[in-house]
Amino acid sequence: MNYLAPTSVEEATSLLAEQPGAVVFAGATDVIPQIRAGRPQPDTMVDLKKIDRLVGVAGNDQGWTIGAATPTARLTGNDELTAEFPGLSEAAGLIGSDQIQSRSSLGGNLCNASPAADSVPAMIVNGMRAVIASADGTRTIPVADVVTGPGSTSLADGEFIVEFELDRAPANTADAYLRIIPRTEMDIAIVGAGARITLDEAGNCAAATIALGAVAPTAVRVTDAEAALTGKPINDETLAAVVAAASAACNPIDDKRGTIAYRRQVAGVLAKRAVKAAAERAAATNGSNNGKSSNSPDLSNGAQ
Amino acid sequence: MSRTHLTCTINGDEVEFLTEADTSLLNALRDDVGLTGVKEGCGTGDCGACSIMLDGQLTNSCLVFAPEAQNADITTVEGLAESDVLHPLQQTFLEGAALQCGICTPGFLVAAKALLDNNPSPTETEVRYALAGNLCRCTGYDKIVRSVLDAAAAMNGASS
Amino acid sequence: MTVTEEPTLQPGYKQVGSRPIRPDGVEKVTGKARFGADLYLPGMLYGSVLRSPVAHAKIVSIDTTAAAQMPGVKAIVTGDDFPDLAASGGRPDQVFLSQNIIARDKVLYEGHVVAAVAAGSVKQAKAAADAIVVEYEAIDHVLTVDEAMADGAPLLHAGMITRGVDPAPEEPSNVANRIVHERGDLDKGFADADVVIEREYTTKPVHQGYIEPHAAVADVNLDGRASLWCSSQGHFSMRTLTASVLGWDASRLKVTPAEIGGGFGGKTTIYLEPLAVALSSKAGHPVKLVMNRDEVFKATGPASGTRIKVKMGVNNDGMLTAADIWMAFEAGAFPGSPVGAAGMTIIAPYDIPNFFVEGFDVVVNKPKVAAYRAPGAPMAAFAVESMVDELALAIDMDPVELRLKNAAIEGTQASYGPKFARIGFVETLEAIRDHDHYQAELGPNQGRGIASGFWFNAGMNSSATVHVNEDGNLTVLVGSPDIGGSRASMALMAAEVLGIGYERVNPIVADTEAVGFNDVTGGSRVTTATGAAVIQACETIKTDLLARAAKTWDVPIDEVEWVDGQAQHTKGSETPLSLAKLAAAWGRTGGPISATAALNSRGAGAGFSTQMCDVEVDPETGVVTVLRFTTAQDAGTAIHPSYVEGQMQGGVVQGIGWALNEEYVHNDDGTLANASFLDYRIPVASDLPMIDTVIVEVPNPAHPFGVRGVGETGIVPPLAAVANAVSAATGCRHLNLPMSPIVVLEAINQRNEKG
Repeated sequence: MNYLAPTSVEEATSLLAEQPGAVVFAGATDVIPQIRAGRPQPDTMVDLKKIDRLVGVAGNDQGWTIGAATPTARLTGNDELTAEFPGLSEAAGLIGSDQIQSRSSLGGNLCNASPAADSVPAMIVNGMRAVIASADGTRTIPVADVVTGPGSTSLADGEFIVEFELDRAPANTADAYLRIIPRTEMDIAIVGAGARITLDEAGNCAAATIALGAVAPTAVRVTDAEAALTGKPINDETLAAVVAAASAACNPIDDKRGTIAYRRQVAGVLAKRAVKAAAERAAATNGSNNGKSSNSPDLSNGAQ
Repeated sequence: MSRTHLTCTINGDEVEFLTEADTSLLNALRDDVGLTGVKEGCGTGDCGACSIMLDGQLTNSCLVFAPEAQNADITTVEGLAESDVLHPLQQTFLEGAALQCGICTPGFLVAAKALLDNNPSPTETEVRYALAGNLCRCTGYDKIVRSVLDAAAAMNGASS
Repeated sequence: MTVTEEPTLQPGYKQVGSRPIRPDGVEKVTGKARFGADLYLPGMLYGSVLRSPVAHAKIVSIDTTAAAQMPGVKAIVTGDDFPDLAASGGRPDQVFLSQNIIARDKVLYEGHVVAAVAAGSVKQAKAAADAIVVEYEAIDHVLTVDEAMADGAPLLHAGMITRGVDPAPEEPSNVANRIVHERGDLDKGFADADVVIEREYTTKPVHQGYIEPHAAVADVNLDGRASLWCSSQGHFSMRTLTASVLGWDASRLKVTPAEIGGGFGGKTTIYLEPLAVALSSKAGHPVKLVMNRDEVFKATGPASGTRIKVKMGVNNDGMLTAADIWMAFEAGAFPGSPVGAAGMTIIAPYDIPNFFVEGFDVVVNKPKVAAYRAPGAPMAAFAVESMVDELALAIDMDPVELRLKNAAIEGTQASYGPKFARIGFVETLEAIRDHDHYQAELGPNQGRGIASGFWFNAGMNSSATVHVNEDGNLTVLVGSPDIGGSRASMALMAAEVLGIGYERVNPIVADTEAVGFNDVTGGSRVTTATGAAVIQACETIKTDLLARAAKTWDVPIDEVEWVDGQAQHTKGSETPLSLAKLAAAWGRTGGPISATAALNSRGAGAGFSTQMCDVEVDPETGVVTVLRFTTAQDAGTAIHPSYVEGQMQGGVVQGIGWALNEEYVHNDDGTLANASFLDYRIPVASDLPMIDTVIVEVPNPAHPFGVRGVGETGIVPPLAAVANAVSAATGCRHLNLPMSPIVVLEAINQRNEKG
């Protein structure tokens, strides 16, 4: 096996164009276990972590740019990003132990394309975009369009994600991500739910995005749940509609981690809880999203 | 088949070694450098017995390709003591009976040190979540957690 | 000088009961300690094992030609390279062991060894193993006791006739053995009851989960003598078993114990050792074989899955009147589940006058089970302690009080036969009842569960040799691998007997050529039996020292006594003689000072534990959180309290995992779906609270320091303690383990539907 560590995007795209069997990696937290489990070992592994553009978190007035190979520990450790997008930060921080966090990345988590990936629902509800490079240049698509099925993405040969774009959150907006796992850490999500809520001056829901993970071949936007909330107060009645819509939106499987019935039922529960948490946080932002939101609820393991 | 030549700093010393490009850093440290303090409990990042510090970050060495270590700064359990003085964590682990068989101990010590370097006064809950990536089957974690808290107190100069 | 009798009780301690740092501790916190995979020898080759990908098949052919040509390959072995012990009249257990080490005609589980390769690197060995061509003819498989016992089930072993049934069945089956314990009159017992409850319980196979995979290094000399380095729970057993599989005399093999990274019973038997020796013999080089985690789950010795039916009766005064119990235990591919021990322990804590306990040992197409900490007892206790919980509720009696009313005490005839000597079961119940935890308030969705458990603890064979060095310090050689801090306990006991400081005793675990025979480190026997041997050897040395002092002073020996590490003349004023002084002069008093003791210990004392668990259950997701856990266990005398606490806590947490999230999950084709720590979910630090321990000390009259084994009893109650807590928190009785969120939510749904 050859190990290559390009130091620029151009160098990397040229390499990939020249060597069709080459595989990119960031933290290797999925690829190494997969090779141990029998995935054919690539002839060439291309380490993306020495490309400066791919590692780092930068924010300006328009929004954030997050390098695709940035260790997620740097996201959770970025106070400003975490204050503005607590759900995204939570989701990124749930990808494994502290040891994994120094290696896992949004790019890896997304492109590994596990239906249960924790960061994906949070990226989708926040409307993040992926900037993809190839020998022909770059193109930008919504994160929701990257994963096409379990283990597969819409990226063509020779392409890789360089960075993610995240627009600044509007006022009175906050997100949340919850998942259910049997233990308190170290497990793959049985169900994951991300929600982002914008409140109007009356405290009603002005906008909602809700996405579920681990309940379908890819993460699922629950547009019916969003519609049930938009323009309405967040109360028992609208939340009940969210629960029903979330359960209906699932297309889960039975596997060693959960059953169809369990996933459907708990998807509804988590969607409701994520909406409530996001709404509580949105209310606490006091109209601005540039400061820390206080009293952010602790959502470890899907708590209410 | 040709081997890769690597140079890096391990426990403060410059080290050169040969290994194969697809070898994990865990296996390279054990088989090619001769540092057997890192252990393979699973090889897939699920147990933490191979924990090292890699460029200042707590990492499972089983999930690192050896060539990534080129020019890196690595700390293993062998680098925790200062010549013949044990690190406070090593001392409290001994006093607190935080090890029974001892196979997970190197990984826990490296992870606990990483925690205390970032958070010198963790709560019990913070200790437990920080160490969730390290599996122990002998102790039930109780004495490990107590020993980490005792080390934190000692390092902060409080009486323990 | 060798003595074989057991020493008698001594009063008052100066060292025993303290908490010094263990002698092997610094090596373990600095990464210097060498475990099974940490040995590297010059010219060493690396091995890789080829294993069956299917659960049940005939081996039609094995072709190693291509593999033998591959780069770096020095040796390949298959079943043909090992003696056929069936043909040479081996005992059934020896035959089955040899067939588990490497398959002969059939593979009986996914992961069953088919061949092994030694080459210059792991990568080369694995590539060669993958190039071995094996033709299999698939046979239907059975994965559960139900499937294995069904009419028309495919047979794992042709001609296996159930033992323990009279008259013996005519037809073979997958039922290897039947055990029965009975007493009294079951019908009368149930007639006397005011409440009778019948339930069926199931548990899934679980793994001991030791963090260190199995590893062995073998080095066979051209003269045929061989060395083996391996981590195990007993290097003498490794020697005996390995030699038996190879058809060798045991003494041809020298086994050196590595440090062991956890065993819990799973390392009391062999897997890689004969393969490594056979490969080294063929290759003419040392060979290292190390399992990966996948292999550990698929091909070592998990604990049995079980089905247990319990019918018990109680009267309104709280007396248990009758117990009718049926058990089926999965043995895995070869006979030998712990159903026998389960049958002996299942109602042993209680004095029940009428009972019938019947158990079946059933083979299935899974790895052969091995011991796991009190083998058989946790599953048995899960069933009966859950039943006792329901009986207490049915007659509105406090669960501790119900157990107190029926508790076995000194003189009770145990359900499995002998009369109990002095035991501490009642004391553990009282410790729980009187603990703050018992009165603590519970909140919404929270529940508390109580359970008790018993384990016999073993005595068995141990040898120890003690030398006094010329500086007066002691070397204590034992043959029991140290899996929980036993070296420290040996040193404490030696220091106590000879009245010297703990730091002057150097306890080492010696190889099979340096110390006499020792049975395994298991059965909670080391502090008891090896401790007894160490104590006896030290007593012998003490007597010898008194004689040498008497000779030095030219006085009768009955005028000399040993006080605080020195010989003193009771009738004179000579300066006392310390160990160091006597050692310095040993040339004049008879030569070097040393003693060996070898004994078969009958001094084991039964162990009891009572435990209490609080949980909270999320009613919308079924996730269970353990909030608080208290365990009370009778240790007899705690030689080193920190290590006694450690054994208690470790057993509890394994039991919590067994109750909540650990299980083997099989695909329909008989392959294992969760052979990794990702999906075989042992508890992590954030899952747990502190485990509060109460060490109860009811000294064991048969041990010089009153010791009772503590390693195993702690894992017996927690399955039921957690299940009773979850049942209380949810209002749903849980009869099946593990109680994963899926299972718990389903139970809550059903309760909600019933309204």
